[in-house]
Amino acid sequence: MNCGVTTGLVGFAAPDANGNWDGFDVGVCRAVAAAVLGDPTAVEFVPTTGKTRFTALASGEIDLLARNTTWTFSRDVDLKFEFVGINYYDGQGFMVPKDLGVSSAKELDGATVCIQTGTTTELNLADFFRKNNISYEPVPIETNAEAQPLYLEGACDVYTTDASGLAATRAAFENPGDHVVLPEIISKEPLGPLVRHGDNDWADVSRWVLNALIAAEELGVTSANIDELMAGTDNPEINRLLGTEGNLGEMLGLEADWAANAIKVGGNYGELFEKNIGENTPIGLSRGLNAQWTDGGLLYSPPFR
Amino acid sequence: MSSLSDPPAELFRLSQLINDTRYRSITFQFIALILLIVAMAYLGLNLVQNLTAAGLNISYGFLGEPSGYDINQTLVDYTSQSTHWRAAVVGVLNTLLVAVLGCIMATIIGVFVGVLRLSNNWLVRKLMSIYVEIFRNVPVLIWILIIFFVMTASMPGPRSFRGEDASASMVLDSIAFTSQGVFTPGVVGGFGAGLLLLVVIASIIGVVAYGRHVKKKLFDEGKVLPGWPRFVILFAPALLVYAAISVTVGASKHNLVVATDLVQPGVSLSAFSDAAIEGKFRPVYCLVEGATESATAKAAWLNTSAMDMRNPGGLKMKTEYFASQDAAKAGFDAGECNMISLPAGDATAAAAASDTPAVALSDQIRNGAPLALDQTYLGNFRFTDGITVRGSLIALWFALSIYTAAFIAENVRAGILAVSKGQTEAAASLGLRPGRIMNLVVLPQALRVIIPPLISQYLNLTKNSSLAIAVGYMDLTGTLGGITLNQTGRAIECVLLLMLFYLTISLAISALMNVYNNAVKLKER
Repeated sequence: MNCGVTTGLVGFAAPDANGNWDGFDVGVCRAVAAAVLGDPTAVEFVPTTGKTRFTALASGEIDLLARNTTWTFSRDVDLKFEFVGINYYDGQGFMVPKDLGVSSAKELDGATVCIQTGTTTELNLADFFRKNNISYEPVPIETNAEAQPLYLEGACDVYTTDASGLAATRAAFENPGDHVVLPEIISKEPLGPLVRHGDNDWADVSRWVLNALIAAEELGVTSANIDELMAGTDNPEINRLLGTEGNLGEMLGLEADWAANAIKVGGNYGELFEKNIGENTPIGLSRGLNAQWTDGGLLYSPPFR
Repeated sequence: MSSLSDPPAELFRLSQLINDTRYRSITFQFIALILLIVAMAYLGLNLVQNLTAAGLNISYGFLGEPSGYDINQTLVDYTSQSTHWRAAVVGVLNTLLVAVLGCIMATIIGVFVGVLRLSNNWLVRKLMSIYVEIFRNVPVLIWILIIFFVMTASMPGPRSFRGEDASASMVLDSIAFTSQGVFTPGVVGGFGAGLLLLVVIASIIGVVAYGRHVKKKLFDEGKVLPGWPRFVILFAPALLVYAAISVTVGASKHNLVVATDLVQPGVSLSAFSDAAIEGKFRPVYCLVEGATESATAKAAWLNTSAMDMRNPGGLKMKTEYFASQDAAKAGFDAGECNMISLPAGDATAAAAASDTPAVALSDQIRNGAPLALDQTYLGNFRFTDGITVRGSLIALWFALSIYTAAFIAENVRAGILAVSKGQTEAAASLGLRPGRIMNLVVLPQALRVIIPPLISQYLNLTKNSSLAIAVGYMDLTGTLGGITLNQTGRAIECVLLLMLFYLTISLAISALMNVYNNAVKLKER
């Protein structure tokens, strides 16, 4: 299975010293591979830039794109893609050096702003500044890695991307404390994995693997207790999810334990979150909107029935 | 007497197409052409069918939609509400800008290095060889990135220019070299600028005419006329006209009017700027777009307060531009700004009539020159007004120039070496000095060898400029082939259009250079 990821964004998808890909988006790819092929390592990771990702997916070079991609109307409808769900609710924010003394994005009149090109961020940015009737100087940058030195050298005053990306970028700085993320979140950025039109079965599999990870957290199924739970529980929803009851796997054309395989790889959604980007990692993102609906967040998996 | 009769006309037979050498080659070429057309049609049809199967259709309708993104360097008016087509045009102009600048600089460096590579001085010769070998053997993308990152890392950020103990300062108080680029004053043309332009054009024509006259005298009568009248013809009329307009018709005086009750009426500019610097007042200046009066008034204000504008206290000036003096005055009355310059008579009247406290300062700013410098100043974050030469343009321009210059240098060397040594010796034996030998004997002949490969170097430079996105320079590949392609997802359409643009630009350069080549090439009689 070929999975498109970023060229390197710590926490979401980045190769470690041994060249093994790791991260939140990578976790989704591995879960799908485990559910379909029974082997979480049977994934070929294809690094894509904001520019190349859609062409790569449309041409069939990759089967699944899990690359902080915002679900928008035109991407879904006009570009003929199928978003299979949302794995991170994000919004675009701004990061500035602390010594600039800026406390609100509305004070950025005349600032030089580094943006990643080929993303929704540059459109949001244009809209935000136009709406507030202030001017700015855009500096388009191809990848996150190229933007970092420019921002640190002062070639741009502000760096803007999704708030999660800002947190990940800041975590990689030598002195993260010298930089602040401004309170304004100027857009809705629901990030999710996507597949191309035309293979509805594949879309279903991807969609329900993601839902399984989310539902597992809601139902309290973790990588630690999953073997125990697979022996059978008195909660029919857990039984159906793990394939000990009903024939959900058969309906998808997979083994009965497809969801269990997916969850065993990196744990449920919450575990993936905590391990890669959660508060105890250098990136330090809080759950916020990405908490379960029972905890006041937006994560809400349709029922497994 | 025998009579000659025409041989019987041969009837054309179909087999002649193969057997007759007169027709055979045409026959085979025709068959090859048909096969080529069929193959192309098959591929094209295949593409269209596959696109239809994938639910995609070729359509250029998106070019009329608003682009939705901003571009930093725009040579024509452009906002995020302009169309994708407009964005493509902005990209084309940016590509052309860097291509033209690059070709000029590459030619200058290339000719210089090429000639010096043949120098008799060992050190100079070797240094130039090293330059050529280093620059042409490292990919141009690497050079672009090296120059860009060295520049951003070594130059001070705009923030370093602020504060009492600023670590950086502007060169000549008007040019700022920063990590974001170079900020210089612009030139604004006012009353009489058109006349001045006409005079300069006439002067240039005069210089050319004088040059012809000198040549004619030399060839017809053998007299050598001096060269200095050229400079007189070039500069004297323009200076005279400039001075005449400045002191007579254009001369006028302006007063600065400020909306504040901090100072008494009739206070001087410097006293007022002291009050402003104390931080009680954020100057927002209403100016008229492209007017020399505005540029001069702003310069006068900046000269009085410029050093102190960088107070860490946050006295950050701002300029608001209006289309006309009346609009600027209306803006001042509406409170959009708190400073404005008005003609001397109007100023006191305006100050008296205004509802808000308004005070006319005592200093009178003299203006009316046909040209004025539009000074740049440190605004909120970066330098504003004037001309911005962005770091991305500088990096791209320099890298393309020095890279291509290495190739041009070799072309020049080849051209010079192609001229037989006997020519030089013959010229020397006539008593010509080395400089004249090079200019009159060697280079004219060498040009015939140099020009054709030079054309392809120009084309290379233009096409290499598509690496611009590496440093965030918004050329054609960055706008149409980058953001537009991404946001609309119309890859095939955009790439086809991109090919068309580059093809047109390249063919145009080629055509221009061929005209020049025809002018210098050996004329056979």
